[in-house]
Amino acid sequence: MTRLVAIFLCALAATVAPGQTEVTVGSKTFTESIVLGEVLAAVAENDTDANVSRKLNLGGTQLVYKALVAGEIDAYVEYTGTLLLDTFASDNLANETQLTERLSQDGLVMLAPLGFANNYGLAVRRNTANALSLRTIDDLRSHPDLVFSMNSEFLERGDGWLALREAYQLPPFDVLDATHEIAYRALAGGESDVMVVYTTDAKIGELDLVVLDDNRSHFPRYDAVIVHQQDLNQSAPGVVAAWQSLAGSIDEATMIELNRRVDGDGRDPGEVAAAFTSNLLGTDIIFVSESTAARVLRYTLEHLLLVVVPTAAALLIAIPVGVLAARRPSFAQPVLGFVGIVQTVPSLALLVLLVPILAWAKPVLALDAIGPAPAIITLTLYSLLPIVRNTHAGLSNIAPSTRESAEALGLSTRTRLTRIDLPLALPTIFAGIKTAAVINVGYATLGAFVGAGGYGTPILTWTRTDDPRLLLEGALPAMVMALCVQGLFEFVERAVTPRGLRAK
Amino acid sequence: MTTLGLAVTFENATVSFGDVTALDNISLEPKPGATTAIIGPSGCGKSTLLRLVIGLLTPTSGRVLIDGKDLASTDLTELRRRTGFVLQDGGLFPHLTAASNATLLPRRLGWPIERLKARLDELAELTRLPADALARYPAELSGGQRQRVAVIRALFLDPPLLLLDEPLGALDPLVRHGMQADLRSIFAELNKTVLLVTHDLAEAAYLAEDVVLMKDGDVVQHAPPSELVRKPANDFVRDFVTAQRSHMEAIT
Repeated sequence: MTRLVAIFLCALAATVAPGQTEVTVGSKTFTESIVLGEVLAAVAENDTDANVSRKLNLGGTQLVYKALVAGEIDAYVEYTGTLLLDTFASDNLANETQLTERLSQDGLVMLAPLGFANNYGLAVRRNTANALSLRTIDDLRSHPDLVFSMNSEFLERGDGWLALREAYQLPPFDVLDATHEIAYRALAGGESDVMVVYTTDAKIGELDLVVLDDNRSHFPRYDAVIVHQQDLNQSAPGVVAAWQSLAGSIDEATMIELNRRVDGDGRDPGEVAAAFTSNLLGTDIIFVSESTAARVLRYTLEHLLLVVVPTAAALLIAIPVGVLAARRPSFAQPVLGFVGIVQTVPSLALLVLLVPILAWAKPVLALDAIGPAPAIITLTLYSLLPIVRNTHAGLSNIAPSTRESAEALGLSTRTRLTRIDLPLALPTIFAGIKTAAVINVGYATLGAFVGAGGYGTPILTWTRTDDPRLLLEGALPAMVMALCVQGLFEFVERAVTPRGLRAK
Repeated sequence: MTTLGLAVTFENATVSFGDVTALDNISLEPKPGATTAIIGPSGCGKSTLLRLVIGLLTPTSGRVLIDGKDLASTDLTELRRRTGFVLQDGGLFPHLTAASNATLLPRRLGWPIERLKARLDELAELTRLPADALARYPAELSGGQRQRVAVIRALFLDPPLLLLDEPLGALDPLVRHGMQADLRSIFAELNKTVLLVTHDLAEAAYLAEDVVLMKDGDVVQHAPPSELVRKPANDFVRDFVTAQRSHMEAIT
């Protein structure tokens, strides 16, 4: 995400000092959610004196909803269908009244719909629609040779492909399992004829597709709604009022156009949102975009934080633990086993798991559950294994006669450790630290999933937009950083290895 | 710098590793201020005996006394600083130069530079170590030079007790011969209690006043070398002496 440094020149707003109320807006990782997050932020900034911060591009529904409940963000835009059928699937909620009740149990409020729904739909090329006279989903039944494409989520969801076929009594069509972006290419290229779309996808207009009428009203409505913390009614009533006034102000065509400006024209979501908000409110919000160099520099600094802090923290923990493990064989097995098990926890799961844990522990730890903290903790845990293992191995591999003569010489335990054991084990320990640091450069890209920033941010955006420039901003510098870290460590390693050990 | 040798006493000392008895109820009192060689075939327990003296191993039963004081109630670090210890491969620290190896402990004890230098020069002369060897790392030294550095390190604080575990075992015969002569003059000059583990009777006879012949964790005979030859305690001693006879002839 590109952070928008949006300042507005509305004379009124400019005279008010920011900082009285803090409001944090979140979003999921796809274009529409990010644009809407920027709109929420821009409206709050324009209409109130609240100090607005953006934690956009956070993750999937699960994570963002958890972040909202935990108070890490104050609001984001969700879809009613998602809340009913995904978030609260097990509650079997019947209508929006029950949904409102369920949300209030989590301390949340849902505002009136923004004015568009982002539903599921079936789309075909215009020439196909004309040639086969397709207008409704019912019309598909008489053309069993059509090839469908859809993503695996829709294929597997209970309310997805199976339910649709049952509702419309559709014949067993050929189905291509493809990601959303690839399904569009397959449709445009003629490899498939019908695809499952989101009705606000900009591609529908771009490729001149026809969305077939859901004449049996099978698909639920995915009305876009602002969900915010109840507390906001007291802490920032002005912000809530400003957001309430957005109700009904974004229709489907507008949303499609906003998505198109980002995905089609490659413009910044913040810029697109600023233009939209200016128009809507009749003000003039100036969007100051970040230059590519400034953005990459910011990613670099964010990324370095995610590499340096965990590596340093792991070092402080792992070396003493490794020393202890080498001293006491009874301690070594459980410790090496534990750090080994930590390594087997899928990193993404650990990251996302830490969000509610950190939110719960916030009164004690005072760490933000969204942002660098969960990433730093995860990366620190992952760094333990190579450093603990190498410290243990380096110390255990010292020749018995060397250790015995150090003991026999009458050196104190501490001197033996600092003057003999650690210097001898240093090259091995150093190799462990190097491994941890290099691995961290790669793993740190996952930080983007919890709003920690870094090179993962453009990579995550790339998976959605397919814009190759984003790889140059994310993947390439991450590789360069990994090589630099490796080179730096090898240089230092040579410098710190005593000549007596190199001579061999 | 002369110090009286420490008195080492083993009282019914037994050392077992699980089912294996390395030392079986040993009572022994090497002469303080003299050199005693501990000799015997591989696995007889001679190295184990040496390690009991400074608590690198603890007796399973029985006691070790230093100047009449039970080792169990002795400050081991303090005792080790009054003991020089030389291993077969020198046991030098590979990451330190010869000089740093030799001076590590006195530097930790706060010796001033001038005193360190003077002592180092004195010991290099005593052990006939070439001056340029001091700046080298162990890997850059010859086997004989490494052992000389180990001896310098062991003697640095002028300890009243010297323990040597096959100090010349890894050296080629010519170097070994030279080092034997050097050690003999060092021992003669310094009047320390020296316990020297070796498997070579000729070396024992050449360097030590007394010989302790061991077999399977037991002391078989404790006597001057000449007595071992003339009045062997049993057949094992006679056979051991006979087997090493040719070496003996070289020096008697």
